[in-house]
Amino acid sequence: MNARLISRREFLQGSALVVGFSFAGISAAQAPGTRTLDLTEVDAFLAIRKDGSVVIYSGKVDLGTGHRIAMRQMVGEELSMSAAEVQRIELIEGDTALTPNQGPTAGSTGVMRGGVQLRQAAATARETLLALAAARLQRPAAELTLEAGMIGAAGGAKVSIAELAGERAFNVKLNPKAPLKDPQRYSIVGRSLPRPDLPEKATGRFLYVHDFTLPNMLHARVLRPAAVGAKLLEVDESSIRHIPGTRVIRIGNFLGVLAENEWAAVRAARELKVRWSDGTGLVGTDGVAGWARRGPFARDEVLMNKGDTAALAGGSAKALRATYFWPVQSHASMGPACAVADVQADRATIWSASQATHRYQPALARILGLTRESVRVIYLDGAGCYGMNGHDDAAADAALLAKAAGRPVRVQWSRADELGWDPKGPPQLLELRGALDANKRIAAWEAEMWVPLATANLAHVPLLGPADAGIAQPAGQSVGLISQNANPPYPTANLKVSAHWLADAPLRPSNIRAPGKVANCFAVESFVDQLAASVGIDALEFRLRDMTDPRGIEVLKRCAALIGWSAHASPAARQSGAKARGRGLAYIHYKHSETYAAVAMNVEVERATGAIRVLQIACAHDCGLMINPDAVRNQVEGNILQTLSRTLHERTTFDAQRVTSVSWASYPILRFGDVPELRIELVQRLGEPPLGAGEAASTPVPAALANAVFDATGAILTEVPFAPEMVRAAMKAGT
Amino acid sequence: MSSFDLNVNGRLQRVESWDPEQPLLYALRNDLRLHGAKFGCGEGQCGACTVLLDDRPVRSCQLSVAAAAGKRITTIEGLGSPEKPHPVQAAFIAEQAAQCGYCTNGMVMSTVALLRARPRPSLDEAKAALNGNLCRCGSHDRVLRAVQRAAGNPPAGRS
Repeated sequence: MNARLISRREFLQGSALVVGFSFAGISAAQAPGTRTLDLTEVDAFLAIRKDGSVVIYSGKVDLGTGHRIAMRQMVGEELSMSAAEVQRIELIEGDTALTPNQGPTAGSTGVMRGGVQLRQAAATARETLLALAAARLQRPAAELTLEAGMIGAAGGAKVSIAELAGERAFNVKLNPKAPLKDPQRYSIVGRSLPRPDLPEKATGRFLYVHDFTLPNMLHARVLRPAAVGAKLLEVDESSIRHIPGTRVIRIGNFLGVLAENEWAAVRAARELKVRWSDGTGLVGTDGVAGWARRGPFARDEVLMNKGDTAALAGGSAKALRATYFWPVQSHASMGPACAVADVQADRATIWSASQATHRYQPALARILGLTRESVRVIYLDGAGCYGMNGHDDAAADAALLAKAAGRPVRVQWSRADELGWDPKGPPQLLELRGALDANKRIAAWEAEMWVPLATANLAHVPLLGPADAGIAQPAGQSVGLISQNANPPYPTANLKVSAHWLADAPLRPSNIRAPGKVANCFAVESFVDQLAASVGIDALEFRLRDMTDPRGIEVLKRCAALIGWSAHASPAARQSGAKARGRGLAYIHYKHSETYAAVAMNVEVERATGAIRVLQIACAHDCGLMINPDAVRNQVEGNILQTLSRTLHERTTFDAQRVTSVSWASYPILRFGDVPELRIELVQRLGEPPLGAGEAASTPVPAALANAVFDATGAILTEVPFAPEMVRAAMKAGT
Repeated sequence: MSSFDLNVNGRLQRVESWDPEQPLLYALRNDLRLHGAKFGCGEGQCGACTVLLDDRPVRSCQLSVAAAAGKRITTIEGLGSPEKPHPVQAAFIAEQAAQCGYCTNGMVMSTVALLRARPRPSLDEAKAALNGNLCRCGSHDRVLRAVQRAAGNPPAGRS
């Protein structure tokens, strides 16, 4: 395993220096520019070396998510490889010159779409190999089996896949109907094989983009404007003359400092005297909710309309309404963005932790004035991003500075850059109205949302560097389908969901984990508890009464069992003492078509302070076929703890000029002391398609927490973060 | 330009720095090519850059090369290798205790320091020792398991 990883590192280091290189036994036919990247060709996804080992080319990348082992397992299973052989598969990820464009690694689609494509390529490759072997061995293909890299009939002659296809192209179209292995015969898929990157990560050897260097490389820092939209008025270059080997590059309002030594670049960025104009004006943290109601709006849209929601307008005794607010949040990645660029007159190579190297290849080409084909973007791991954080901006920064400097440049953002300037999870304001009928069923449901138009799944997020430099750029990353899951996962005959698309956003928005669905599920599943409470029904019973999807019912029941669900109408009976305990749960069928997840928790609320302590969190999770259950569990744990952090602690603050939450002190996240006991059950469904695990389990967390606090105290939490003062105020309002 | 003799992972190495206040982190990563310690905030608030200084965990972004000279510095590379990991590193691998792994350096180094001071820490002691190390992926539960495994404590049953 280690030999493979070392060869990866050498490959990466070498790739900058050698054009038309060959690597790891792959012939010149596999070199950049000559490989096919056509998604309809098996050769775009797979190659077999002359020693019979397999190389996977994946357009989707491992963002710390376990994609690396899952892809190997999906391919290895179809090629009947052993676990040891699977670990030895070479995986090339997110390199625009070597991997096919499978779309951004976003929307929890790595396995569900990317892996499924690779699996089909591997199944086609197996068919092709069997046909080649049949011709070679003069036996019908149906009599042949593939095992441990050898093909043959029982007791007969065998031929190796290396001999059949080693170092040669398959030259076959990907067959979408190539038969897949029977799940009952899986020996690789469904096992928790260890991730190949962890030995190097745990010993400090792993090469992140932050660690990548090139000969003759300069270190750079970018000085972002002092306010959003500020213009650069004056730069006093003499102010850093005392720092050796530094240089200032200015393109319009884009300002960078370069130095031979990284610390010199840091100090130069701090000490350079710059005068900026005021910014263009922001609404400020406290102005967001008002702005959302006020507009200006681009348009209104009815997203779903079924039956007649007039029951809500009538005088129904059981009509409720509530408003929910989700604040602007940062991806808050542990490592501030970093990128390295080498820009020549006629070509460029950029190393980036982008989720979307293929998506940004044309953007980077345009800002460099090069053709798309002459720009190569190579993925290297960054710190976990959970959406488009600063990585793509840093790539553009590095490209601009490398072009100007005429030398390779490494750009490293500061902590304040990342928290201040990463494109943000957008604010979401939702109003829900619901009515129950005489049978205490949901008679009508309306959801109205106020959200930035930029979040309507548009390719929208503009890159900072070229925008400041005044260089045109094409549309970039999409921000995700923010409006899904605003309708309840429980039956109702009368339903309306509508969006007021705001023309602008308070801060540049992008996709952040489970885009929109975290806030929508917070609103929907909190509101469902309010409906249940209004008629004195237990929250679990209220949900299960009319559910028909057995997979949804199963995760809800298993989750309730895991947490030791106490069946009663919320809030719980009044408790004496300084602390009140409660339990809550929430459920999602992700996008109403993908993963099922239920989350429940037990909490304790300190009455005097409003401080919440989460004691246990349970989750039952069904994402169909699990390729690697431990990798799924890791994602589920991460979804839960990260969203607990977002719900308890996180809100990007900003004034009229700039973001003010720019350190871990002003943008606190979850710490070890807050970590509750986790109880997780994963449902394995061998016969079902694999679905995503990277997002769904995050979405029920806020409502489960709000519902538990409601159960404990009667306080109704409708705004994130659940800071103690917010909880205190809600407790006061609830009594 | 001044020279500083750094005792890193048992080897004495000379580093040139134009600024004696240059944080050790940059010297390790750029001059000595030991990139295991990570730049996370530069403000001593996240723990990603943790190294051991005479067996104590310190934030290498807050310690100048001048102050580090003459002290015994251990980085994550000095503990073990992928082929021969330190028991704490082996425990992190066995528990698959990372996602992106960017914070892992700090987690491993803080755990090594904890176990030297307190070989069998309770769960609460482990949480307290790691409270200054931030993780964004939500790998906390696995990290705590890795600490218990490295300490030889029976891990709590995973439900």
